[in-house]
Amino acid sequence: MNVASLLLLAFTAIVVENFIFSQFYGICPFLGVSNKPSTAFGMGMAVTCVITLSSFLTWLLYHHILDPLGISYLSTIAFIVVIAALVQLIEMFLKKYVPVLYEALGIYLPLITTNCAVLGSALINIQNGYNLMASVVFGFSSALGFTMAMLIFAGVRERLVFADPPKSFEGLPILLVSAGLVAMAFAGFSGVNIG
Amino acid sequence: MNRYKSILCNGLITHNPTFVQLLGMCPTLAVTTSAINGLAMGLSTMVVLMFSNLFISLLRKFIPEQIRIAAYVVVIAGFVSAIDLLLQAFLPELSGTLGLYIPLIVVNCIIFARAESFASKNPPIDSMMDGVGMGFGFTLALTLIGLCREFLGNGSIFGINLFGQSFSMLIFIMPAGAFLTLGFLLAAVRKISFEKKQESKDEGGAR
Repeated sequence: MNVASLLLLAFTAIVVENFIFSQFYGICPFLGVSNKPSTAFGMGMAVTCVITLSSFLTWLLYHHILDPLGISYLSTIAFIVVIAALVQLIEMFLKKYVPVLYEALGIYLPLITTNCAVLGSALINIQNGYNLMASVVFGFSSALGFTMAMLIFAGVRERLVFADPPKSFEGLPILLVSAGLVAMAFAGFSGVNIG
Repeated sequence: MNRYKSILCNGLITHNPTFVQLLGMCPTLAVTTSAINGLAMGLSTMVVLMFSNLFISLLRKFIPEQIRIAAYVVVIAGFVSAIDLLLQAFLPELSGTLGLYIPLIVVNCIIFARAESFASKNPPIDSMMDGVGMGFGFTLALTLIGLCREFLGNGSIFGINLFGQSFSMLIFIMPAGAFLTLGFLLAAVRKISFEKKQESKDEGGAR
């Protein structure tokens, strides 16, 4: 893969097939922690770290262990164990060596194991037959797309605080409707003809 | 027998995982482009939930407290892989449309939530019933959302076209429609439950 096709892959992953607004990976943290731009950014950064590393590790695991041994049907189990272990390791590492970052990301880290964006991107990498470089680029850029969506929506939510919806729409329903409106804007990108 | 009934109803209505507890939003939004997809996803999740609850409940005395999350993950992932392979073998078309969301049942919060809050504290049969109830509630919600989206977006119900080709609001099949439909359905559910509460309050006051 040359640089141009990698850039194309990155652009597609960030806007055209945005994880949140077009693929629905990682909706739980998206609705859960997007109430302030700062927390949204923290979560986005933590997810970016984990997805990039896990794309790298799960690719190696699949192509050098699972596939040669003919046990690729175990990939879901193997990947989730790797991701859970990775999250745990990152948490321990940050706690010991970068306490500032640990304080900032601390509470989001354990949540990442059950973020379907992480397992999802690992599985997509294998399914689409990306090579190692493309897998890492795809993981990193889709996580960037995730962070961007979180930040945009955090901005929308800050405005939403001042809105006065009907009683039965208060809370999550109005949040979902506004997410729908942002998703409509993102749907515009799917018309972009790349290539 | 009555106890099982209340466990079932708990999952189906009072603590419906989608409309009340708001768990498992990713598959709820992603696969509900048609009623049949929603139904299939709901049923697959129900089977996984049933077996994972049963086994976690059976193992609850052997799993050490500190590593319980890891143990649950392995149990759940095992069942999900089994379902994934079964679907690929016997219903390849369905497995194609649901795609990645079948393996992603592993990280569905409903399954974790039930394992942690119910199966790890209750006997096996109760836990299995809880899995059936919750799974059925999830299936019901997904089918309902799928029904709305398919009807509005495609003018059909369970694949049967009602109004011919001219009736379609594509936006409801697209991702934006998923958010909108769920938002409006949630508001409707809340409206009904508010009214129910109001009624029971009024009756209480009159007595």
